[in-house]
Order: sequence, then structure tokens, then C-alpha cells
Amino acid sequence: MRWLKSVGEWLDRRLQLGDVIRETALHRVPRKSASWWYVFGSASLTVFILQVVTGILLALVYVPSAGEAWNSLQTLNQNIALGWFIRALHGWGSNFMVALVLIHLVQVFLFGAYKYPREFTWVVGVFLLLMTLGMAFTGQVLRFDQDAYWGLGIGASIMSRTPLLGGWLVNLMLGGPIIAGATLSRFFALHVFVIPGMLIGLVGLHLLMVVKLGINEWPMPGRLVRRETYLKEYEELTHKDGVPFVPDAIWKDLIFAACILLAVAVCAVVFGPFGPTGQPDPTIIQTVPKPDFFFLWLYAALSLLPPQLETPFLLIAPVIGIALLLLVPFLSGQGEKSWRRRPIAVLTVLLLAVTLATLTKLATYTPWSPQMSAWSGAAVPAEYLQDRSPLERQGAVVFQEKQCRNCHALGGEGGQRGPALDAVATRLTEDQLIRQVLQGRGNMPAYGKNLSPPEVTALVSFLCTLHPAGQTPARDASLPAESSPKSNSAALAGP
Amino acid sequence: MSELNEISRRGALMKLGMLINAGIVALLGVPIVGYLLSPLRGKAAKSGAWVSLGPLSQFPEGQTRLAKFRNPFVSPSDGQTADIPCWVRHITGQGFQVFAVNCAHLGCPVRWFSQSGLFMCPCHGGVYYADGSRASGPPERGLFTYSHRIESDQLVIRAGELPTLAADAGTAEGGRKRCAG
Repeated sequence: MRWLKSVGEWLDRRLQLGDVIRETALHRVPRKSASWWYVFGSASLTVFILQVVTGILLALVYVPSAGEAWNSLQTLNQNIALGWFIRALHGWGSNFMVALVLIHLVQVFLFGAYKYPREFTWVVGVFLLLMTLGMAFTGQVLRFDQDAYWGLGIGASIMSRTPLLGGWLVNLMLGGPIIAGATLSRFFALHVFVIPGMLIGLVGLHLLMVVKLGINEWPMPGRLVRRETYLKEYEELTHKDGVPFVPDAIWKDLIFAACILLAVAVCAVVFGPFGPTGQPDPTIIQTVPKPDFFFLWLYAALSLLPPQLETPFLLIAPVIGIALLLLVPFLSGQGEKSWRRRPIAVLTVLLLAVTLATLTKLATYTPWSPQMSAWSGAAVPAEYLQDRSPLERQGAVVFQEKQCRNCHALGGEGGQRGPALDAVATRLTEDQLIRQVLQGRGNMPAYGKNLSPPEVTALVSFLCTLHPAGQTPARDASLPAESSPKSNSAALAGP
Repeated sequence: MSELNEISRRGALMKLGMLINAGIVALLGVPIVGYLLSPLRGKAAKSGAWVSLGPLSQFPEGQTRLAKFRNPFVSPSDGQTADIPCWVRHITGQGFQVFAVNCAHLGCPVRWFSQSGLFMCPCHGGVYYADGSRASGPPERGLFTYSHRIESDQLVIRAGELPTLAADAGTAEGGRKRCAG
């Protein structure tokens, strides 16, 4: 034991790190801040370290070439002992890291920890969040499969909307005029060198500021932050009611970090690695590209926004959003810290959380997308065909063959792009149905050129049968009530 | 006094050193920036090139078919990404339209449904008519089209660029003008 101590002393005389480490470990933190609420930052760091380690392990096998990347992932999944597990750890680690960084941000925001004198710690934290999202996106590209290929196409399409510079930005992003080998190479450089390098530097800065400025005290309603008095008050607090960071506070960080690592490992074992999905062959167009979980909300927003709002949303909203985040500590750098007395802060968080969760939920089943195989995969339910005339049954065939089911559900099966048609006859009269089919309206294309008059007659006569038993079909109120809705069918076949 | 002089001389030398370094960094910066911006100067980025989609007989009149071509500006590491699909519509006689598969909304691959005569996009629900014009959904315009011509019984298109709203060089936008209306 004695020689170990002397080796340690020999080293410390040369490294001169002992005092720094001791000072960091023993720096006093407010007793109440040694809380389970203050563990998310250190957990994010732990997962980041996991990502670095598993990332290096993956780089031992991964080939960053558009022609080989997909095969090398298959090799990792299938041929290399536990390669699948390392991939799964890295993939789940990425999800956990984004989640933890977001939770950390929300906690810091609600606890007012960004206020004086920690404004710049928050600013660096915002950049850490952006880089974490950057890592998530570039990592998805490195999993060079169909989703990655078309995801790049979506990225390029977004870039191309920039006025004047659009073409240049697309070329810079893709490393050329089209998605190709150069594209993957530059995303590899970003994911493996550029962003991690900046992340490591900024994490160091972030931690240094946390240690130097002291951890945020537990916010008490009514205890206001004032520039003139805060530093003195904080020093008094840590001296009167403070505890050394090691071991009084760090044990919670350690236990939580261990739980998170365990959770990542369990997810990796149980759910396995992410993809890769189909090969990155652009000629295989039978694909439904989807972004990874943390970008699903964006995918949904882009489907639901009115078209004319999309470009402003894509180009202006991120700038405003990031600027607002960066400005938070300068807009409210003093005053109340406790969330109990900051209703607008709480409501903002809730509103954003509900919005993002709703959009993400919608994006998991994409009601706005046509269901491309419904016309051939989902048969018209038998009850809609019983006791129908030959014409109406012929209409059901037209209905199926013209792919109406891709957008319209019947009996709960089919696309949700347009309204379900189980009771369409109660909403539209025969004339209105004919008009809607021929001319389209709203989101529905016009089928006038693709349907012959007999097909329209058959289709509409089938649609007119779609109403619940006991509920009468819609009728034109300007006509006498006894006029049957079928009376016009004969006229239709004429033109 | 002499000490002060010495410090200012050292200070001046330090400033000189910084100046020389700044100059060298600026000099090195020019080729570095030039290297980083090289994707903007490629030949492909400017004009595209003509590639054949095969003999006309592959595209029966009145039908719309998926065709594939090899990107004219291929590099050894491109792998499968150099194989590009497009939709060829043979209207009648010498009349053709060649559409990009990339949806004009955000670039997902659109699929042709011959029975309903529509192109549908699986991502955000963009729909186009057989002539490529917008039918419904989020796209603000019709499908991108490639410029095309017929050379000794072959259908030839100008390609090489990812069709996006900003692609105004020869491929997408040029084709759009030809096929407008």
C-alpha cells in the first residue's frame, strides 16, 4: 500500500492535478441540491461516454462508403460476435441521450438554473442540445439504408427551399449534386469527428462552469435572484447549509447513471439494434421512409401544415426557436426561480410537450399518408355487398380497383387520408357524390378522366348504399321528399 | 527605463509573430475554403449530362413505366446510389414525359397507380395526375420532369442532379418549363 501511495505522490508532483481534483470533488453544494432532480446532466454525460465507446467499437468494422456501408452493418449484425449488441447499445444509447438532454433542459428551465450567473452555462447547454440532435440525425444517415437515403432526400428538399442559396446548400450538404458516395463520407466526418469534437469541448466547458459557479440552489418560492446580492447569498448558503459534492451529492448521480446504463443495455438486449432496413438502392421505390423517433414530430408537422406555410416554418421557425432558447437567460436573468411562481414557464413547457407528443403520436400511424396497398390488401367487407344489386356490386369492384381504399377506409380498413366512407351516403346526396368523384375537392383528386360514365354510375350507386341501417341517406332538400335518390342514375349514363 | 523598453520590444515581436501567423492562416484558409466549396464547382452541378433510358420499345404507348439509369457522374464509392429511377410516360407517338420519382414536396419516392391514373407519395400524402400535375396534398407544384429527347430510337434524358425546388440547372426546372401545361 505504501508504494502505491508513493507512486501516487510521484505522479502528482509531476501532473499537479491532485489539488484540482480534490477541489472539484469537495466543492460544496447546497444540501437541498443534492437531489434526485439534479441527476439528468450527469446521466447525459454517462450516456455520451457510452456513445463514444460503442461508436469507436462500431468504427472498427463499419465501412463509410455508400457501396459498402449497408453490407458492413449486416456483417456487424450477423457475422461478428455480439456486433448486433454493440449496434443496439449505440442505437438505444442515442435515444436515451436525446431524451436525457431534453429532460435535463426542462429541469434546468423549470428550476430557474439558467438565471444569473449561469446564463452562459445555459447557452452552452443549448448548443449541446443542438449537437445531440445533430448526432442523432447524422447517425441515422450512417445507418445507410432506405430510410437514410430518402431522409437525405428530405433534408436536401428542405435545404432547397432556402431563397437564392438553396441550390448551393443542397450541393454542400450532399457533397455534390446528388445523393452519392460523397454524401455518406461527409456525414461520417460530421458524425465521427466534427460534432463529437465540438461536443467534447463544450461538455468540458459546461462542466467547468458548473463547478466554478456552483450548482443551482433548490429554488424556493419568493427567494429572488438579484445581480447585486446573489453571489454573496449563494456563498453563505453553501457554507451554512452545504455538503461536499463527493460523496453527499454524487452517490445519487452514480446510482441514476448506473440505472440508465442498465436500461440502455436491457433495451438493447430485448429490442435489438435499429435496422438497417432495405438497402440504399434508390430504384427500390416500394418504401415508406420514416425518420427516427425524435424527428417524428417534424415529419407530422410537415404533413399537417398548410403548403404555403411550410417553407416559412422550415426556414424561419428553427431560427426563432433557437434564438428564443439562447435568449431565455437574458430575457429573465433575475427574479423568481421556483416553477411554483412561474406559471408561463410551466405552461410553455406543457404546451410544447403536448404538441410534440401529439405530433409524434400522429406520426406513428400517419393518417395523412395513403395506405399504398389497401386497394389490393383490404377487401370490401361482405356485409356491404349483401342484398346489393349487380350494379352496386359492380360499383364495389370499381371502388376497389380504382384504389379508393388507399385513402378511404371502409369497415375500419384502408387509408385515413380521406374520410371513412361507411356512412358517406348520409353526408352526400347522389349528385354531390358524382360531383366529388368527377371533379374532386379539398384533398381529393378529380377522377373525371380516369372513370368511364358507366364506372361512375356503378361507383356512385355503391356509395349510395353506404349508410347505417335505419338511417336514411342524404337527400336534396329542394326536391320533394318522396323523390328517390336513384332517379338520376339513368341520366348519368348518357353523357 | 531599460526594462520598459525591453518589454515593449518583446511585445512588438509578439505582435509581429501573431501577424505572421494570421497571414499564414489566411493564406492556408483560401485553399481550405476552396476545398470545402468544391461541391459547388463540379461540372455535374452546372449542367447535367444526357443518359439513355433504353430503346423506345420499352415504353408502350399510353403507359407509364419505371425506368432506371446510371448516374452520369458516378464515382467508385457510389455503390447502388448511382442507380436512379424515373417514371416514363409515353403519351402518344413521339410524345413523352419523364418524371423524377422524387415528390415535389420533400423528395420521397412517388408510386404510379395505373388503375386510378395517379402518382401517390407514401410520406405526406402528395398526389399527382398522370401528366405530373399536382392533384392534392402538400406539394405546391407538379412532379419534377427531366428534359428528354429521342436519339436513334433511344429515349435520352438530361440527368445528374437531385431534383429539388432549387435544381434550376437543366434538369428539373428546365423540364418543367417544357412540360408546363
